[in-house]
Amino acid sequence: MADEVILLDYWPSMFTMTTTKIALAEKGVAYEYEETNPWVKTSLPNEMNPIHKKIPVLIHEGKQICESLIQLEYIDEVWSNTYPILPSDPYQKAQARFWGDFIDKKFYDPSWKVWGTIGEEQVTAKKDLLEHFKTLETELGDKPYYGGDVFGFVDIALMGYYSWFKAIEKFGEFSIEAEFPKLIQWTKRCLERESVVKSIADSDKIIEYAYVLRRKLGVE
Amino acid sequence: MVTGDVKLIGSWASVFVMRARIALNLKSISYEFLQETFGSKSELLLKSNPVHKKMPVLIHADKPVCESNIIVQYIDEAWSSYGTSILPSLPYDRAIARFWAAYIDDKWFIALRSILTAQGEEEKKEAIAEVEERTEHLEKAFIECSNGKPFFNGDHIGFLDIALGSFLGWWRVVELDANHKLLDETKTPSLFKWAERFCNDPAVKPLMPDTANLAEFARKLFPKPQP
Repeated sequence: MADEVILLDYWPSMFTMTTTKIALAEKGVAYEYEETNPWVKTSLPNEMNPIHKKIPVLIHEGKQICESLIQLEYIDEVWSNTYPILPSDPYQKAQARFWGDFIDKKFYDPSWKVWGTIGEEQVTAKKDLLEHFKTLETELGDKPYYGGDVFGFVDIALMGYYSWFKAIEKFGEFSIEAEFPKLIQWTKRCLERESVVKSIADSDKIIEYAYVLRRKLGVE
Repeated sequence: MVTGDVKLIGSWASVFVMRARIALNLKSISYEFLQETFGSKSELLLKSNPVHKKMPVLIHADKPVCESNIIVQYIDEAWSSYGTSILPSLPYDRAIARFWAAYIDDKWFIALRSILTAQGEEEKKEAIAEVEERTEHLEKAFIECSNGKPFFNGDHIGFLDIALGSFLGWWRVVELDANHKLLDETKTPSLFKWAERFCNDPAVKPLMPDTANLAEFARKLFPKPQP
């Protein structure tokens, strides 16, 4: 159904509209893409997402779905006849949801604080982030993907952050590849997928944007 | 499914543990309840949830499932032919239920808890105002989701009912602490009536903790500074 799927996004969004784009691409679903700047007040995002007042929003047949992991599950359930994102086994599904939740809850905060803050706050964020990278690398183990042989939910959720890795390395002053080589190998495998390549943002543009945000936040 | 191969690590006072227990009751699954001792974490808990080290943990055929909302969904899927459906059947309704469940944990609960941890009257008043505002969002959510039926999930309690309803014991405790109605019949009439229906559901009634016991437990968990 090439009908009425709209993504309302701000292009370097940390909220992983990347994940939503990857999922739609994996499913072969066409969509219209609209950009909006969160620093510019418009009536549309607030109306669409009155609770958190943050984008991105997936709009399908006029209905709004917010939050990237919720969007991922929605996409998987609506377009269920093609490329499954979540495993069908309830236990495997629960494991995938657990790691998606981990990335959403634990990873997000330190991953922006590493470039968005200074001093003690930044030091703590870096420490936490390194710990979470380690946990994620350990969970991956020797599997090609988080889902095993198949690229899926957790891979998509974590690749949502990929565009920010360079910025994290620059401002955090560490090399993800040096510390977590298996994780970088996994990113390279994911980058072989067309759905990923066409959904991620340019890492250098993200660094430029990080500078802009740092000035706005008063840390640059 | 073989009964006797389901265990749940938890505590009588925990909202999150209650979610799992309600779900198990809805599916009529018998399980062994492993009560954690307050102030310490058992070997089994630490082994079964090494990442977060928190309850509840459902152990089904020796395989652990963690995070209350994930456990509830697991129960619904693993025992899909038992009892009533916990998640709605349509993808959009499921997305809405998940959105509000996340809102309850990420925004509403945080506000509720900050009443208990508030330092001084000013902070407490602010926290109360925040809870009231957020509860009004939930009132609208109830009207939208229930569509005239008794529960968020329709005719039977489901995922979102469980996500919010499990807080009712603590909700009352915080009301007492704040000396202020936090579930107000005039401000949020639909939620007020829903709460009573929820607490009377046979899957919930035996699990809802006694308010006095919970209040005493709250004093241990959130000790007030000595004047």
